[in-house]
Amino acid sequence: MNFDFSDDQKQLRDQARKFLAEKCSPKAVRIVLDGKAPYAKELWKGLAEMGFLGVAIPEEFGGAGAGHLELCVIAEEMGRANAPVPFSSTVYLAAEALLIAGSEAQKKKWLPAIASGEAIGTLALFEGKGNPAPKNVKLTAANGALNGVKKPVADGAIADFAVVAARTGSSGREADISLFLVDLKAGGVEVKSLTNLDPTRGQAEISFKDCKADPLGAAGEGWSILTQVLDRAAVLCAFEQVGGSDRALEMGRDYALDRIAFGRQIGSFQAVKHMLADMYVSATLARSNSYYGAWALSTNAAELPEAAAAARISATQAFQHCAKNNIQVHGGMGFTWEFDCHMYYRRANAMALGLGSLSYWEDQLIDRMRKKNAA
Amino acid sequence: MNFDDTPQEAEFRATARAWIGANAPKQYEDELRKSSLGRTALKNADILAVAKAWQKKKADAGWACLHWPKEYGGRGSSPIERVIWSQEEGPFGQLSRMFIIGHGMCGPTMMAFAREEHKRTYLPPLASGEKVWCQLFSEPAGGSDVAGLRTRAEKDGDDWVINGQKIWTSGAHYSDYGILLTRTDPTVPKHKGLTMFFLDMKSPGVEVRPIKQASGASDFNEVYFTNVRIPDHQRLGEVGDGWNVSLTTLMNERSAIGAAVSTGFPELFEYCSSLMLDDGPAIEDRAVRSKLANWAVKASGLKYTSMRAISALSKGERPGPENSIGKLVAGSMIQDVATYALDLQGANGAVSGEDGELAGRFQAMLLRAPGTRVEGGTDEIMRNIIAERVLGLPGDIRVDKDVPFNKIPTKGRG
Repeated sequence: MNFDFSDDQKQLRDQARKFLAEKCSPKAVRIVLDGKAPYAKELWKGLAEMGFLGVAIPEEFGGAGAGHLELCVIAEEMGRANAPVPFSSTVYLAAEALLIAGSEAQKKKWLPAIASGEAIGTLALFEGKGNPAPKNVKLTAANGALNGVKKPVADGAIADFAVVAARTGSSGREADISLFLVDLKAGGVEVKSLTNLDPTRGQAEISFKDCKADPLGAAGEGWSILTQVLDRAAVLCAFEQVGGSDRALEMGRDYALDRIAFGRQIGSFQAVKHMLADMYVSATLARSNSYYGAWALSTNAAELPEAAAAARISATQAFQHCAKNNIQVHGGMGFTWEFDCHMYYRRANAMALGLGSLSYWEDQLIDRMRKKNAA
Repeated sequence: MNFDDTPQEAEFRATARAWIGANAPKQYEDELRKSSLGRTALKNADILAVAKAWQKKKADAGWACLHWPKEYGGRGSSPIERVIWSQEEGPFGQLSRMFIIGHGMCGPTMMAFAREEHKRTYLPPLASGEKVWCQLFSEPAGGSDVAGLRTRAEKDGDDWVINGQKIWTSGAHYSDYGILLTRTDPTVPKHKGLTMFFLDMKSPGVEVRPIKQASGASDFNEVYFTNVRIPDHQRLGEVGDGWNVSLTTLMNERSAIGAAVSTGFPELFEYCSSLMLDDGPAIEDRAVRSKLANWAVKASGLKYTSMRAISALSKGERPGPENSIGKLVAGSMIQDVATYALDLQGANGAVSGEDGELAGRFQAMLLRAPGTRVEGGTDEIMRNIIAERVLGLPGDIRVDKDVPFNKIPTKGRG
């Protein structure tokens, strides 16, 4: 049994960690947090040069052609560094959708541009409150033109193109949904930035008015493709969440070692120690579930739907738990803008919702476990 | 990343599987498979006798105590082979429970500290299950604080004379031997005045009294020592070095890798999959699904944490500290799972035993569960261990560390 990343993959993780420690310090994150830039452009360029953006994109489409295990270790480091770049929307959502359902021409057009950092992509799925469900897709597609409003769209204000979920039927079934590729720089699109919990990753509202769109995948296959994309993104996001959990735990641990109160290190109080021990427990469970997700993702195993849901739930819980208790360990200082704790708290809570909320994934997990047991 | 055996591992697995298939007591398989926390007895057989017979059979064929050296009754296997064996042994592994303390703790301690002739005499029958061992550490005054124990050992000629009381001794009522931690010098600080021995549990002056647990069952005992004589050659380690010797024992207790920890989740999922509530199937109830999902990811998290440790063993590496979370997570989880299963049964959840739902499976689990959060290190001790050894946080401030043992207060009030 070798349920672990290879030495090469671990080396890649170290390389990514070193790169991000240098180029993505908390100070750099704050430039975006404070609204001085929509995202870290130089960092994005650097990630492209390092080959990280296209690590799982095949060589024929301008990527490194490494694989999804390699992408997982990079994702972990992106989460650890709280990187203020559109990595998840471009790489986990847009690129994965193209890899699953894109035509040769679509792949040729967009994948090399993603790998080189020239194109930012995203998925436009949600229309106001609610979780992923065919009935929540109201935006229509007719005669190659989209009409409707998507919100929130992650990184929508900086994206060059979007994969858009649209209604092409009214039978009340999943087959009513189809996917389209939209060049957001062309006409018929209006983009508005939204304030959101985590300003280091923007959210937008995108209105489509008779907007020209290119079908992605077969008509009526949209929901089935989306489900696969969300599962794959769930595993990759879980690695970001695992990286963020570890970082939040480390920050709390370090503060508990440095801070003196009542004449002793606060980390010598059992109330604080036990809180940190529980954070370690959550982070460890999340990491192990995510490893299983990584295995399923990289081998395209039949277990992927169940593994992805478990990784998603476990990693979401861990990141939220570690981020909030990191603030608690820091006490009052943790609640200041000046300390970095709130950046992880913001990211953890925004990430908990981005692919659908916890209750949605809990439901998915139970459905999938039942399906497996019935089989 | 893969879950495949190496060719050597696959070969070992095939050999083990074939032998188990041909030799295991299959007539009990179903019952053992359905056993859960708080309910492992066999209906029509004495589980102790069945367990001993299975252990002897394994020993005769070279399948007992795989990780022990051959000369002491083991197989000299690698850690990963031990894991593969326990995977293959499956439900029959339940029969090894009564030997866990002896094989996992007493044996390794004997191996590290006993004289060679004693090792050759005592270890093989321990491996084969012919002799059962227990561990006599905890006392009324020393549970989590084991070093606070008060049982005295005083030198008299070539013997030591033991007086005092132990408690929570698993299996003392059917044990032949035990390892015993005593205080030999109360005038020095508590960790420095301890000495370890092994003894014959049939020695004059040893009295075993079963404890009736909160669950009503009796798995543990109190053991009283009245002028019990132990020859000096049965001392393990130096006089006054008992604390270090006991650390060897306890480290083995907490390092059982790949041992499946019971979470109660598979039982609950199975139960909810067929259970009808007032307004429909439980598995379609939103609240039930949310609870199940939360426990499912804990159970799978533990499973894959253990697989990561096994992978390290497979590569010949030392597993990381991740495995230390197992008991902490599983202990409180099984208690919550049992509580919830009863909640789903409504008023009838209070009916236990054969009269209860599923013959009282979850009721038995509920009543046994508090013990899992205490035995082998309480939840609080486990959190201290994670905080100190994994996260590197400071140890507790120990007010009794440098105080002579006989000057430490013994009462909290009055």
